[in-house]
Amino acid sequence: MKQSLLRRFIQAVIVLLGVALMIFIMLRVVPGNPVATMMGEHADIDTIQRMTAELGLDQPIHVQFARYVLDALRGDFGTSYSMGKPVSQLMAAAFGNTLALAVAAALFAWVVGIACGIVAAVRKNGLLDHLFMGFSLLGVSMPVFMVAMLLQYVFAYHLHWLPISGVDSWKGYILPAIALGWNSAGSVARLVRSTLLDVLQQDYIDTARAKGRGQPGILVLHALRNAMLPVMTMMAMQLSSLLSGAVITETVFSINGIGRLAVQAISGRDIPLLQGTALFTTLVVVLGNLLADSLYAVLDPRIRREA
Amino acid sequence: MEPMTLRAVGLCAGIPTQKGEIRAVNDVSIDVPAGSIVGIVGESGCGKSMTARAIMGLMRSPARMTGGEIWLNGRDIARLPERQRRALRGSEMSMIFQEPMTSLNPVMKVGRQVAEAVRLHANVSRQEADRRAVEMFEAVGISDAASRARCYPHQLSGGLRQRVMIAMAMVCRPKLLIADEPTTALDVTVEAQILRLMRNLCDAGTSILLISHNLGVIAQLCDYVYVMYAGRIVEQAGVIKLFDHPAHPYTRGLLNAVSSLRRGGERLDTINGVVPNLLRLPEGCSFSLRCDACEARCAQEMPELREIAPGHKARCHLAEREAWS
Repeated sequence: MKQSLLRRFIQAVIVLLGVALMIFIMLRVVPGNPVATMMGEHADIDTIQRMTAELGLDQPIHVQFARYVLDALRGDFGTSYSMGKPVSQLMAAAFGNTLALAVAAALFAWVVGIACGIVAAVRKNGLLDHLFMGFSLLGVSMPVFMVAMLLQYVFAYHLHWLPISGVDSWKGYILPAIALGWNSAGSVARLVRSTLLDVLQQDYIDTARAKGRGQPGILVLHALRNAMLPVMTMMAMQLSSLLSGAVITETVFSINGIGRLAVQAISGRDIPLLQGTALFTTLVVVLGNLLADSLYAVLDPRIRREA
Repeated sequence: MEPMTLRAVGLCAGIPTQKGEIRAVNDVSIDVPAGSIVGIVGESGCGKSMTARAIMGLMRSPARMTGGEIWLNGRDIARLPERQRRALRGSEMSMIFQEPMTSLNPVMKVGRQVAEAVRLHANVSRQEADRRAVEMFEAVGISDAASRARCYPHQLSGGLRQRVMIAMAMVCRPKLLIADEPTTALDVTVEAQILRLMRNLCDAGTSILLISHNLGVIAQLCDYVYVMYAGRIVEQAGVIKLFDHPAHPYTRGLLNAVSSLRRGGERLDTINGVVPNLLRLPEGCSFSLRCDACEARCAQEMPELREIAPGHKARCHLAEREAWS
């Protein structure tokens, strides 16, 4: 177990380094001079050259990369060109909002998704099954920006129940959480339903019935834990994608999170900031996968031993 | 009359389909006297497993029981509400299945799974339930019981898992154990051990209803045998009588298929044709299409299950003439 965790950790570091290198190279081969963009139209060539040298952008690319990695290891991701503040500071500030939104969306998605999935499986082909699966289909197929704007229109503009944007109070998180989480809720509900239906056909369910377990006990003690194995994997993946910043949701609801920071970095050709957000996203995804693997091992004794 | 642990009378079970109801179990009556092992034998799809499930009340939807009485220890349980029926499962009657590999919950320790059965029927602490589970493990011949109880199913061999299943079924000391092909998935040496264990259980007072397609297992273990074909009982007799004087052509066919192997003949004796579609059974005897001795009336008239000798019944028009020939 320890060995496999160590192996996973080393793999994660390699993935991070590889992604950092790819982002680094890509940002430098795209056409356009970031310094010129930053200085504006009226900057003269001398100033641009001096600035380029000051930022170290005139160095060979491997030197730049080595410097970037060494700095990053010390927690220094450079200074944002467009905002003049350290990237780490900007991201730390934005991460709070992203985290709150991600947790809210994940809570919504999983509580609703798992509950609907269970009910749909138990009432297979019943009214609730069709209703919940219809909602999950909507969630899976509607684009986030559309859901977001529909929600704003109905609940904020028409009914005035909730704020239309911004996160000044907890109420501000409700609509974005639903907009962002509906999709995940839909896929979780479908996966829970199908795996639960599959598990309920297994022989050990008959065994549990044969020893006198009733339906609720069978569902909770025998079926659900087995059915949750693939669902956990999906949930861990969803968490990492939620945490790495919801570009569209954050933009539509004016939430200053990582996703919005990334959009600003792209439009401002802010190389350090873009590198920072991209690296952060990678880190979160890698950690999410690590989490999924470890959770799987906790829940499934068969994997625990083999690992 | 000897006391009956189980008496099923006129059991019917079916699966509704769009083309009509498949009558998988048709007017099946089975007696399991106290302290005996009774077998049901027949090929795949003849309704033997469905009969067992009907008795246990473990039909898988859409299959359902459509008629009959089930007397367990002198009480008709067929029409009990599900809650009361459930209370009997695991305590007065229990069941083990064909596949020990998949019949245990993979994410639960085996000791816990046995203890669960205890806790469902006895008001005891978790520790006490665990203790009884380990005790039962020892009783069914699992060595190193305490540490095996902390294993997960995938860490045990097939034979051990089936022992765990038997321990789970027996831990509340039920009067009736239904074993549905308990050794089919096991290799022969393990099979012999499991059969011996079942014999011991029976000697200790448990009545067993054994379902098998394996005539060897039936011959070795059972006191009395029912032969099923296409959802009906076609012959029933004490085990020695059945093997020495089979009256129904189907039973004879089954026995010939085995004994031709033993004789070392060139070709394996088989029964002609295939099992009939349960939705389109022939008008007369279900076996008529495959029967070598089929006469005109066999194709028109379904024979009754008639007594042809004391304790020996057969569902064949020609049985009397041939039984002692």
